[in-house]
Amino acid sequence: MDDMITNVQPPYLYPEYKSTVLRSPTKPLLIIKENLKNIQLPVFGESVIGKYDSDLTKNARKDHDPIGERIKVSGKVMDEYGKPLRNVLVEIWQANAAGRYIHKEEIHDAPLDPNFLGAGRMLTDNDGRYTFYSIKPGAYPWGNHYNAWRPNHIHFSVMGHQLTHRLVTQMYFPGDPLFEFDPIYQSVPLHARHLMVAKFRMDWTEPEFALAYEFNIVLKGKCQSIFE
Amino acid sequence: MEQSKLPQTPSQTIGPYFAYGLTAVQYGYGFSSVIDNIIANEAPEKDIIYVTGNIYDGNGKVIHDAMIELWQADAKGAYVKNYEQELLFKGLGRYGTGTDGQQRFVFKTIMPGMVQGQAPHINVTLFMRGSLHVLYTRFYFEGDPANENDPLLLSVEPQRRTTLVAVKTNNTEQQEYCFNIYMQGENETVFFDL
Repeated sequence: MDDMITNVQPPYLYPEYKSTVLRSPTKPLLIIKENLKNIQLPVFGESVIGKYDSDLTKNARKDHDPIGERIKVSGKVMDEYGKPLRNVLVEIWQANAAGRYIHKEEIHDAPLDPNFLGAGRMLTDNDGRYTFYSIKPGAYPWGNHYNAWRPNHIHFSVMGHQLTHRLVTQMYFPGDPLFEFDPIYQSVPLHARHLMVAKFRMDWTEPEFALAYEFNIVLKGKCQSIFE
Repeated sequence: MEQSKLPQTPSQTIGPYFAYGLTAVQYGYGFSSVIDNIIANEAPEKDIIYVTGNIYDGNGKVIHDAMIELWQADAKGAYVKNYEQELLFKGLGRYGTGTDGQQRFVFKTIMPGMVQGQAPHINVTLFMRGSLHVLYTRFYFEGDPANENDPLLLSVEPQRRTTLVAVKTNNTEQQEYCFNIYMQGENETVFFDL
């Protein structure tokens, strides 16, 4: 039972995702004693966030709204005991509606959107909540295997208040038919994959404006918060 | 009775396209950056050190699409508690390996002090395409006598300890330390399970 709950992480080496073969440690990791790993990360202040940083439909807008399906993505960041974590830095980046990343080395033959960058950031509020507005990202092809396509996803980087609270992950959308073909998604044990899939929230949609998804994030360990 | 735990959110790779979101200014994208490679600013020149290094894959090839973060104490061994843009000592840095001519990471900082009996060191978190997890490690500084008694370093098998020590370079212009990271092979860096 306990194993079922705690073993949610992918392995380092997952050969179906080919880039892991030369980029994963081969020797056992060094177990760090409790008193040496309890390192506090800084708490971010409001000065790090700009006015439109959390609205990807506006933060790169030049003359039009970006093309695509407008979405709201919101959720809570918590420790493993359900305690909400505030002032956590949540950063996201994603492809545009056509499945094109703005990154200079990206060569997928799909159009860039001059009004969309695809990056945002914010700090969680007192309830541990974050909310982004964005455009639903498209699927994009990658060279891992023949005709490989990534499911629609938004990349998340989360920095909490201690070293164990450092998470980089990807949020997926419910019911994506590409799940069964994607080794990055499948690197996570079967019983835990749903933890990376956002929930559609009809009650959070905004009429005539945006669909809504909930994506909660649980960081490792118990928060030794300096707020307590 | 122990409170029941929630399952953690699983980790996924940072992928190859993080730069315009996480290190936008460094890579020249039209977005701001919260964290950059200047960990300490405006310290007296004699106190400034530069930390550089390459990251190598299992074939010994330099990795040019990794993102590395450093987190360190100040000269007195204290960690920054509140991070604001205008701090002179931020204690936290971030850099991608895709812009330097030699595909290194480069940080400007100061030598950290001893932290609770531990030799001066800088904590490292590392992300890259092909890594499904955050990778944790740390490095110490060559020639510091405190390394001999550092509890973490002593817990590493002796022949692997040098993988956690940054080496002073022969750069005469500035104080510079080099910390190369090897994902695999004979010199595989010791990574941590936190």
